[in-house]
Amino acid sequence: MTALLELQDVNKDYRVGGFLDRSTLHAVKHVSFTLDAEKPEIFTVVGESGSGKTTTARMILGNEVPTSGTLRFMGKDIAQIRTRQERLEFMARVQPIFQNPFEAFNPLTTLDYYLFSTAKRFLGLKDKVAVDAATDKALQHVGLSLAEVRGRYSHELSGGQLQRIAVARALIPGPKLIVADEPVSMVDASLRMSIVNLFRELRDTLGVSIIYITHDLSTAYYISDRVIIMHKGDVVEAGRAEEVLGNPSHEYSRALRSAVLPPDPVVASAIIREKLRAV
Amino acid sequence: MLAAVENKSASVEAKPVLRVEGLKAYYQMNYFGVRREVRAVDDVSLTIKRNEIYGIAGESSSGKSSLIKTIAGAITPPLRVVEGSVKFDFGGKELDVYAQRPAMKAARWKHLSYVMQGSMNVLNPVRKVKHAFHDFAFKHMGLSEGEFRARVESHLQRIGLDPRVLESYPHQLSGGMRQRLTIGLATVCEPEFIIADEPTTALDVLVQQDVLALIKGVQQRMGSSIIFVTHDMTVHAAIADRIGIVYAGRLVEEGPTLDVFQRPQHPYTAHLIASLPRIGDTRKRVALGGKPPNLADPPSGCRFHPRCPLAVDKCKSENPALLPRNSGRVACWRAGEVEAA
Amino acid sequence: MFKILRDLLRYNIEFTIGFILTLAIFLFALAHFWAPMPDTAIYLLPPDMPPSAEYWFGTTSRGQDVLWQMSSAIWNTMLFGLSVTILSRLFAVAVGMISGYLGGKWDEFLMTINDTMIALPNIPILLLVYFVMRDQMSWPVLALTAALLGWNYDARLIRSVTLSLRNREFTRHAVFAGMSVPQILVRQHLPYVMPVIFFTAMNNLIWAIGLEVTLSVLGFSDINRPTIGGMIYWANQHQAIIAGIWWWIAFPIIAVVLLFLGLFLLAISVNEYIDPRSRLSRMGA
Ligand SMILES: Nc1ncnc2c1ncn2[C@@H]1O[C@H](COP(=O)(O)OP(=O)(O)OP(=O)(O)O)[C@@H](O)[C@H]1O
Ligand SMILES: Nc1ncnc2c1ncn2[C@@H]1O[C@H](COP(=O)(O)OP(=O)(O)O)[C@@H](O)[C@H]1O
Ligand code: SF4
Ligand SMILES: [Mg+2]
Ligand SMILES: [Mg+2]
Repeated sequence: MTALLELQDVNKDYRVGGFLDRSTLHAVKHVSFTLDAEKPEIFTVVGESGSGKTTTARMILGNEVPTSGTLRFMGKDIAQIRTRQERLEFMARVQPIFQNPFEAFNPLTTLDYYLFSTAKRFLGLKDKVAVDAATDKALQHVGLSLAEVRGRYSHELSGGQLQRIAVARALIPGPKLIVADEPVSMVDASLRMSIVNLFRELRDTLGVSIIYITHDLSTAYYISDRVIIMHKGDVVEAGRAEEVLGNPSHEYSRALRSAVLPPDPVVASAIIREKLRAV
Repeated sequence: MLAAVENKSASVEAKPVLRVEGLKAYYQMNYFGVRREVRAVDDVSLTIKRNEIYGIAGESSSGKSSLIKTIAGAITPPLRVVEGSVKFDFGGKELDVYAQRPAMKAARWKHLSYVMQGSMNVLNPVRKVKHAFHDFAFKHMGLSEGEFRARVESHLQRIGLDPRVLESYPHQLSGGMRQRLTIGLATVCEPEFIIADEPTTALDVLVQQDVLALIKGVQQRMGSSIIFVTHDMTVHAAIADRIGIVYAGRLVEEGPTLDVFQRPQHPYTAHLIASLPRIGDTRKRVALGGKPPNLADPPSGCRFHPRCPLAVDKCKSENPALLPRNSGRVACWRAGEVEAA
Repeated sequence: MFKILRDLLRYNIEFTIGFILTLAIFLFALAHFWAPMPDTAIYLLPPDMPPSAEYWFGTTSRGQDVLWQMSSAIWNTMLFGLSVTILSRLFAVAVGMISGYLGGKWDEFLMTINDTMIALPNIPILLLVYFVMRDQMSWPVLALTAALLGWNYDARLIRSVTLSLRNREFTRHAVFAGMSVPQILVRQHLPYVMPVIFFTAMNNLIWAIGLEVTLSVLGFSDINRPTIGGMIYWANQHQAIIAGIWWWIAFPIIAVVLLFLGLFLLAISVNEYIDPRSRLSRMGA
């Protein structure tokens, strides 16, 4: 097996507080996992807020340097990327999707500017026709076309469409890995499903691996191959999605699992009434 | 199962505390000659009874917040009420929100409280929490400083907060605590009516249940009515007695929670319920096609017709009225047919 | 550009008033190029004449026509004020945006310079420059010095706007879309910084003109070149108020107030026009 991404005992500490009450916050502790280059998968990181999910994602994207441990992407240490050239090569292989589709595009810039810029920089295209073709091809993958997007601003499209354009943009350089940090937490149930369905398709048709970060256990169960559960920087449980989410063994994962209300009035209202009685 | 049904029907006979009739509220803007009118609330009528929790669901930018803001009488330009009325009944005294402005002002906090969307972030970051209580509630309660303080402390204790939080700054508290605090603020005067916009959306799964139980508990103890908004259907399932579904500024379906979940009458509601993911179920869900309607230029006829799987020609030209059906109301030319589909 | 002007004139009453005022004063100041007499000449006319059909705004105790003195004075003062404003805006934008966006060492370095300059007292520095330069002292040198003193607070303001923009998701997105730093600063951030520039420009202009008046009233500038401050200087020298020559002082002050009013109205209405929120509303967001 060749590793696409390999995290070995990764730690990240932050210094917090003022001059007097300086202390260290361990945002991420001893995280290790490996994604296989030959077997694209949806790898999900779940956990409550503050559990270190975003910090992990930022380290994978090279936006943050680990305090100790190494992150290797296709054998190369991400923290050792120094020159702009190396950085661009890395960004062409690893691309992010952001949390809020309405925030991910500057409202005063047309959406195609992001697409064209990506095509020009990472594919080295100069010719307008070639740029258009590359952009259109990526948009086709997400069920859109350049004609629908050209010259439009973010407020003219729905959250689901924007998130798909964000995915298309990330696909332009032909990445091996997409890191999606809570890509559905700001959108409603119906849009949620259209976005996670898209991730499935990317894995199956383009062979892109996806790191899906979320606190929504229901969609995690719906699309993931493997899941890790983080709690205060630690990975408390890891494994196949059906096992970890369907039948959690660690105490914290069980708590998290039982905190998910089912979309069923009879069961859900019974849970709340039970809680009320307990107080 | 039986208990749930009983519980819900118990609250039904009381007379309405809130009557909204033919309410239209539009954002009317004029920037350098570009006139725009966003019809965020378009002809909404509903009633809410004493002791009832009414949930409003709908996709993003369907006008949920605008509706609830208008009901709370908390609108600012460019949002304006164009038509219709909002009337409360506080202890037999009728209060028309948009005809009796001064009386409305007096009723704020005392009879009625409004928790805005993202309100856990509206606490002033440079002032201690106790000042917020003082600013909002002190003058409505007619108590001495000492009595007021004691009342606030016992209230906080009851909702599971250490009274010491009064001495802290908002940033020292977690999101869950801040949300509890805003609920505490909204309920300290024991109002008869509570209006809340997305009270749990920003919260973590782990605290969400606690906050929901808190809301339900406060409501039961004080016997007040609640109208709240969220796009998270599981929250509706957990605490709402009745649900109203909003699509493109209009109420398209309304009914007891259990019925809406089990026998949705409107195609949009049916889609909403069917698309909910559940743990233990990886069957593929299909997302709604098309794009959300533009409220500045909404589709003709039934506003759902460009995305509706059941649409017929009539739907394009004629708007279906919200009519009683089974235990609730629904606005669709082919109401109920979706059951078979 | 033309369409923007037309829209603003048609739909914004503040802009229209501001535009007319500023244009009128500009034309009046421009007229000094066709003045019947050189603006530095003295005792060409009978002194101390009150406003009349012949001398609309009267004459000064130095035998100058107040009308033509004002025309030149407004021109020179505006030239100075606008030079200071434009130069200092350029410094403020460059330092503020680079400091805010790049952060780290750059930020520390630029902000140290910035804060040092905030701590420096303006008038003594200008006097120092005046005494060092002596005969080479001309208004462009003074303008440059003032510009160097006048950008610091605004650079901090712009830095804080850029700092908050840097943490917005769309900026990180732009980086991963391969945009270069200048592309991000100019295309993505400048539209949000523009309102700050316009807003501070007005304050800066008032400050610059105030500075010019102060220096002139103290006599630390080329007093023979007519400026608003220079006129007040000479009026004081001749005790114009006590002597009842009110028109020597009143007309220049009225002109300056009208000019400020016009510029202020222009600034707020243009600001509203370029404000991202209003722009978005016009686009239909
Ligand atoms: N201040 C405003 N000016 C103009 N239009 C507005 C304003 N606020 C909201 N709108 C528009 O009104 C419509 C309804 O918005 P509203 O905030 O009520 O949606 P919502 O259903 O609460 O959405 P969400 O679930 O995202 O909170 C949208 O089209 C929105 O763009
Ligand atoms: N730049 C930073 N400086 C200090 N602390 C940080 C910083 N970024 C994150 N943290 C802290 O690290 C912890 C993990 O945060 P994060 O990775 O954002 O969690 P999640 O994404 O799971 O919500 C939190 O306690 C957070 O406050
Ligand atoms: S009225 Fe027609 S378009 Fe509207 S929901 Fe019913 S079937 Fe669909
Ligand atoms: Mg996060
Ligand atoms: Mg809302």
